[in-house]
Amino acid sequence: MDNEVVISVENVSKNFVLPHEKVATVKGIFTGLAKRDKSVEVQRALKDINLEIKKGEFFGIVGRNGSGKSTLLKILAGIYQPTSGEIKTNGKLVPFIELGVGFNPELTGKENVYLNGAMLGFSEKQVGAMYKDIVEFAELERFMDQKLKNYSSGMQVRLAFSMATRAKADILLVDEVLAVGDADFQRKCFSYFKKLKANNKTVIFVTHDMNAVKEYCSRAMLIDDSNIKIIGRPSDVAREYNLLFMDKASDHAKKGGGKRWGNRDVEIIDAEASTQNDKIKIKVTCKVNKNLDKLIYGLHIMSEDSSEITAVNNRMINSKDITNLKKGQKIILNWEVLNIFNDGHYKIMLTLIDDLSNTLDWYVGAASFDVIREERSTTAVLPPIKVTTKLIEK
Amino acid sequence: MITRSQLKNRYHYSYILLVQLVKTDFKLRYQGSVLGYLWSLLRPLLIFCILYLVFTVFLPVGKGVPHYPVYLLLGIVLWNYFTEVTSGAVSAIVGKGDLIRKINFPKYVIILAGSFSALINLGLNFIIIAIFMFIGKVPLSWNAILVLPLIIELFILSIAMAFLLSAVFVKFRDVSYIWEVIMQGAFYATPILYPLSSIPQWAAKFLILNPMAQIIQDARYVLVTPTSSTIYSLFPNQKIIWLIPYLITLILVFFSASYFRRRSRFFAEEV
Repeated sequence: MDNEVVISVENVSKNFVLPHEKVATVKGIFTGLAKRDKSVEVQRALKDINLEIKKGEFFGIVGRNGSGKSTLLKILAGIYQPTSGEIKTNGKLVPFIELGVGFNPELTGKENVYLNGAMLGFSEKQVGAMYKDIVEFAELERFMDQKLKNYSSGMQVRLAFSMATRAKADILLVDEVLAVGDADFQRKCFSYFKKLKANNKTVIFVTHDMNAVKEYCSRAMLIDDSNIKIIGRPSDVAREYNLLFMDKASDHAKKGGGKRWGNRDVEIIDAEASTQNDKIKIKVTCKVNKNLDKLIYGLHIMSEDSSEITAVNNRMINSKDITNLKKGQKIILNWEVLNIFNDGHYKIMLTLIDDLSNTLDWYVGAASFDVIREERSTTAVLPPIKVTTKLIEK
Repeated sequence: MITRSQLKNRYHYSYILLVQLVKTDFKLRYQGSVLGYLWSLLRPLLIFCILYLVFTVFLPVGKGVPHYPVYLLLGIVLWNYFTEVTSGAVSAIVGKGDLIRKINFPKYVIILAGSFSALINLGLNFIIIAIFMFIGKVPLSWNAILVLPLIIELFILSIAMAFLLSAVFVKFRDVSYIWEVIMQGAFYATPILYPLSSIPQWAAKFLILNPMAQIIQDARYVLVTPTSSTIYSLFPNQKIIWLIPYLITLILVFFSASYFRRRSRFFAEEV
């Protein structure tokens, strides 16, 4: 029973035909009508996808924007038809491409519950029976007779989610629903997910959140460039996903994609960060544009959301200032940091100041590095910590 | 193979959706207006007043037609139903594009909902007609019951047209403009304002082949006055011709239904 296949995808491809129509002039409209320009572009959104999902699986689909993952989800939901290939589903399938499908701002909350309920396949009687629970769960008792357009977006999401959790389905398709809502709402979503998992429901889940993939999915798949790149353990898939972004991220830093200011008496001309197993090495090349007595140099490491993890300058770590600089000289700074970072993407900010606290070059996002680890943690760093224990007898 | 219970489940969902869509349509229709549902009655009444004024006082085309006011009103009401269903349907699928792109449901429900909500409106309008018939002392015979099959024919004709228009509009947005012009022309090509007896017989013989003309004239015949020319009175000895309006409707039904069925699978990508 547990090995029953509930969704099978066989050689599914999907092409979108995009017509090129650029009629800029009135004359163009008429001539274009006469000899209708048939130039079309065929966009291959999915190429030959094969997939089997078994009952009770929590299956994650990840991939970059535009990789084809949402197209696949829509094909599974029956919204799009595959260009070739076949999809077989076994059981009632409810898609959540978006929460609150069919919500109408001009109707009251109550009326919307009935409308959305119908979309999910509930008769009026069935909605009536669970109406109280829905309202209670959404915590909107006082607002149900108000028009939806007067709801805050948070209230709308709460109502929609409350509806969604009632859906009776064997297979649920969920598309980044968790991306909306505040922390409190996300917690609700996650506890709902845990419940689904406990009830052995089949869930197919499209997301960008590798944390969620590792935590909830029993199996995952990475789609890149319309193909399945890897199917397997969530941690492997998450690693593969992060690798997709590594090259891109370092490119970006090289092009100077950060904020930067200062008088540039001494200027950072190159910065490179490399990750090694136990060390992060950062090589910084600077050029002296003006004679200078003393140079103080600093390094900041920030997490992806730009919160600072650590910040040092040479004085704090007992290194000498660089003195007596002459125009035209070059300086190479070799930073070395113990790799105590957890899995993730980190940004580097470099600073150069003189001893009068004038900013010479302050470079946010001068370089970046990635740390890939098997295990995932909610904290940014894991410094070497030791503990000894001693048991004292009575 | 689709089992019987699956089939039942499928239509169960359509039914639930249909009920909610019709309800929503009615809730939203007169949203924010002071008189609300009364407009369902007032609108045809006011339009009728204008036409009545024009066509009895200034251009007395209806001279000699017994109970001309009711005769006129019935024509307008039936024509309005056809207009409401078809014009509403043109953009119905595209208008629900947001929904279609997010959930898989039988698309024909959208068109069906539009038709039913117009049908409810038609029912309300028939109350007005009944009142006028009472005031105008129109004699009522058992023939009046025959208006029901005529309404069924009207329902089928309108919905067939609606399926075709809505599906074509997804690909060719020109349809809305074209249909507007066609409806304007068809309004005059259908004997709504004028009795068929007031135009040359060869023209009347041609116009009556249009299913809308046949429905309106038949409805007038059974409800208002037996003097109303029908396809049967215009072609008394060519019974085969009587079938033409029904045949047109039937062909339209099969063509539209199969076209809509074929296209509806791709609505999500094309709207």
